[in-house]
Amino acid sequence: MNLPLYFRSLAAKLFHGSMIAEDVEEELRSHIQHRADDLERSGFDRAEAERRARIEFGGYVRYKEESHEAMGGRFIETLIQDVRFGLRVLRKSPGFTIAAISTLALALGANAVVFGVLNGLILRPLSVPQAESLYGSEYGDGAGWQSYPNYLDLRDRNHSFEGLAAFNFVFAGFDTGKDPSVATGFATTGNYFDVLRIQPFLGRFFHASDERGPNSAPYIVLNYAYWHSRFQDDRGVVGRVVRLDKHPFTILGVTPPGFRGTVLFISPDFFMPIVNQPQVSPGFDLNDRANNGGIFEVFGHLRPGATPLQGVADMNMVGAYLAETYPKEFVHKASTLSRQGLTSFRGPAEAFVAGLMLLAGLILLAACANLGSLFTAHAADRSREVALRLALGSSRSRILRQLMTEAVLISLAGGAVGLLGSVFLLRRLSTWQPFAGAPVHLPVTPDGKVYLVALALALVSGFLFGIVPVRQVLRANPYEIVKAGMSGSPSGILSRKFGLRVTVRDVLLAIQISMCAVLVTASMVAVRGLVRSLHSNFGFETRDTMLVGANLAMAGYSVDKVPDMQRRMIDALLTIPGVEQAGLVNRYPPLIYASGRRENVFKNETTDLKQSNVADAPYRYDVSPGYFEAAGTSELAGRGLNWRDDKNAPYVAIVNREFAERMFGSVANAIGRYYKMQDGKHIQIVGVVENGKYLSVTEDQQTAMFLPSPQSPASGAYLVVKSHRDPQELAAAIRSKLRELDEGLPLDIQTWNSMLAVVMFPSRVATMALGALGMLGAMLSVTGIFGMAAYSVNRRLREFGIRVALGAQRKEVLQAALGRAVKLLAFGSAAGLLLGVLASRVLAFIVYQATPRDPLVLAGVVVAMSLVGLVATWIPAQRALAADPMMLLREE
Amino acid sequence: MPNQAQLLPGTLDLLILKSVSLGPLHGYGILLRIGQITDSALLVEQGALYPALFRLVRQGLLIASWGVSENNRRAKFYELTVAGRNRFREETEGWNRLANAMAAALAAQPEEL
Repeated sequence: MNLPLYFRSLAAKLFHGSMIAEDVEEELRSHIQHRADDLERSGFDRAEAERRARIEFGGYVRYKEESHEAMGGRFIETLIQDVRFGLRVLRKSPGFTIAAISTLALALGANAVVFGVLNGLILRPLSVPQAESLYGSEYGDGAGWQSYPNYLDLRDRNHSFEGLAAFNFVFAGFDTGKDPSVATGFATTGNYFDVLRIQPFLGRFFHASDERGPNSAPYIVLNYAYWHSRFQDDRGVVGRVVRLDKHPFTILGVTPPGFRGTVLFISPDFFMPIVNQPQVSPGFDLNDRANNGGIFEVFGHLRPGATPLQGVADMNMVGAYLAETYPKEFVHKASTLSRQGLTSFRGPAEAFVAGLMLLAGLILLAACANLGSLFTAHAADRSREVALRLALGSSRSRILRQLMTEAVLISLAGGAVGLLGSVFLLRRLSTWQPFAGAPVHLPVTPDGKVYLVALALALVSGFLFGIVPVRQVLRANPYEIVKAGMSGSPSGILSRKFGLRVTVRDVLLAIQISMCAVLVTASMVAVRGLVRSLHSNFGFETRDTMLVGANLAMAGYSVDKVPDMQRRMIDALLTIPGVEQAGLVNRYPPLIYASGRRENVFKNETTDLKQSNVADAPYRYDVSPGYFEAAGTSELAGRGLNWRDDKNAPYVAIVNREFAERMFGSVANAIGRYYKMQDGKHIQIVGVVENGKYLSVTEDQQTAMFLPSPQSPASGAYLVVKSHRDPQELAAAIRSKLRELDEGLPLDIQTWNSMLAVVMFPSRVATMALGALGMLGAMLSVTGIFGMAAYSVNRRLREFGIRVALGAQRKEVLQAALGRAVKLLAFGSAAGLLLGVLASRVLAFIVYQATPRDPLVLAGVVVAMSLVGLVATWIPAQRALAADPMMLLREE
Repeated sequence: MPNQAQLLPGTLDLLILKSVSLGPLHGYGILLRIGQITDSALLVEQGALYPALFRLVRQGLLIASWGVSENNRRAKFYELTVAGRNRFREETEGWNRLANAMAAALAAQPEEL
């Protein structure tokens, strides 16, 4: 085809479309007039001649349309015509339109939100140059965590990376001279910004050349967002000195606006050189090779030409070398490369998002099935119109095109509404701060990709359900339909021809209901799992318990002064009226901030303390006397701790039941026995306490040991206070009591339950998401069943009238009206329940204690689906019962 | 009209080209001319002429312009372009070859084989 010519004529038609149409009309009219002239000459009068001329001409409208098409197709004009006609049809049946658009909007909105999360958390790279060649390493024991000396060896001995940087988290009192507060930072290697290839927004960054040994680089770089909120965009901050935990640091510069650090959902306030980390993390030994808490992640760009496989091989080589050279401090499992940004959170995050995608996909399918049946019903209602158009000479393809245009119109409208809703939700999510003070940030702002996916989904689903009524239209026999009139059963054509009792709509509806039942089952399983996990035994009692975070290093205490001060604090707390028990645990209590620390232990008879001889790696907690009582941990055997277990006394420990059973066979056996720590210390077990949860509520049972805190003092600790007093009052009393001891003590007072909320956050979010999807599923079932029941009642109203007139009882009418809908509901629900039970195995990965084999869940699903059925069939049932034979028969 | 034959596909275009090759004609005139030169042996539904005419115009074989007919009515007149004249010649030769071949084939007698 001659393309330029085509486009020119297309353009001409667009601008002169109506002119050309008139031109064609005039020519056809001229033809008929000429013919009429001839007929008139042969003896007819003018009117009769014109009538005959028109008949001889044939299908006027059809030839006019064909002429237009012959002139180069009139795609755009037809489209505009179709759209205009489609809009008119949709306006005329508002019920159908609203049902279809809202169904689609719900489904597309859910999918766009889920895709937005997937896009933000997993697909989108960090906003740094050449992010595609940036890799994080999972190295050493496989968790990503690493010690600083191991990082140095990896950096200097590998041949695949251009440069490797590393970072760690720090929490420090940030003092600008007024209003000191706790800020979150990354302690990074000097080359951090250079490896990322980013440039400062203001001032300068620190570099590898600034590092000259421990505490040699007292500089910090501010994150843009923190600079904006804490320093109100003050460009004069460069060069100013601030204090982190009382140590002076000079502000060097500010990061560019789009950069939020190298962990996707944590946005730090500042960056500092890792060589200075010991100043803000007392007791932190950067150069201890066994300190696997030293580095959170190592990352870098692969050299041009180096493949990820070569990188992994290289890392494994260095790992093997290190394991051989430092058998005491280093374990090497396999190394892998991961996309930078999520690191060790990648697995759970991917599983979670994949689960969500699956369910959102189900929602979309269910919605499509719903729309398919809506469209089929709608097309059946219009069979008379279609028949009329066919009889008047319209081609079937033209009618199909019209139906398609309507489907696309609906899908675009539904898509737009759904997208708007999802954009709103995603925007809210990305500015959401789930915990006050915690630097969590979900980078899920929607971008072009999200819009594109939503549009594609809308169009694809539009075509999917637009196709459903096609068969019906293609088969339609205009004469039969026109003859049969409006009240002829539409599916009758199908069932009469094939003797089928099951129509396409029935199948669609059953599929839809079963999908919705899957969603309902899944959400019930999840909710039930969450409820259980909140009531399971953590090995401590969080009710009526207050946690008081007190970091003595921030208040300027040296480590040797710490035990005495901590004892004075506990004694002071016990004098508060209403306080029943008080104790403390160094660093964090179990389950808080996923902060469990494992330590290697050896059997007492082991002499060579190398990694391969490790007997176990229990979680280690350093606790004071009174801790178990305050935390509500029951002591099973032996004695508790007392203040005589100090640094002059022999080393003792209390272990949990799991530890005792694993190392010594039984609780009774363990009392009085010895084991060895990595540094060779002999430790005697003096007591055994109950099992509990330590790192996460979903973990399998782990071993744990509790050492007396006076034997290994640490300045950061949480005081645990048991009291039945009102938390608000109690917090005020604790604050004033502790301030009596030291005015400048920074305190963080919260109930244990509220701190636990942070731990429960992921499963809470998962449950909320699943709950929302389950609700969506239930809503879709309601619309689907309602649509079908209402439609069939409407169709058969006359029949019901006759039945009532012949003496049918209410029960029989109801059975006739809704029997099919109820059967489909029962069948679909049963299938869905079964599938949901299978699908719940997947859920067990995300949601704690998610088991579908729970009578409460099964009963819940059955009740929910019955309610759905009741709600959806209520109005149609009322209508069927109200069928008045006289009225209906008169209407005909 | 029992003796009228249905048009073979593609023959309408050739008949239109032939009619117009004898001089400019409007649509109705083309129809009359076809009736005349085929001795009314072929059935053309009147309206079917126009999509074919517009297709030929679009292919650049015909050119159209408004004028006044012998009945003193406005009508659109069609003429062959140079391309149309060439195409008409090719199609005529093609058609004749086909017709001769078909006629020879159908006239074959047993003894000639």
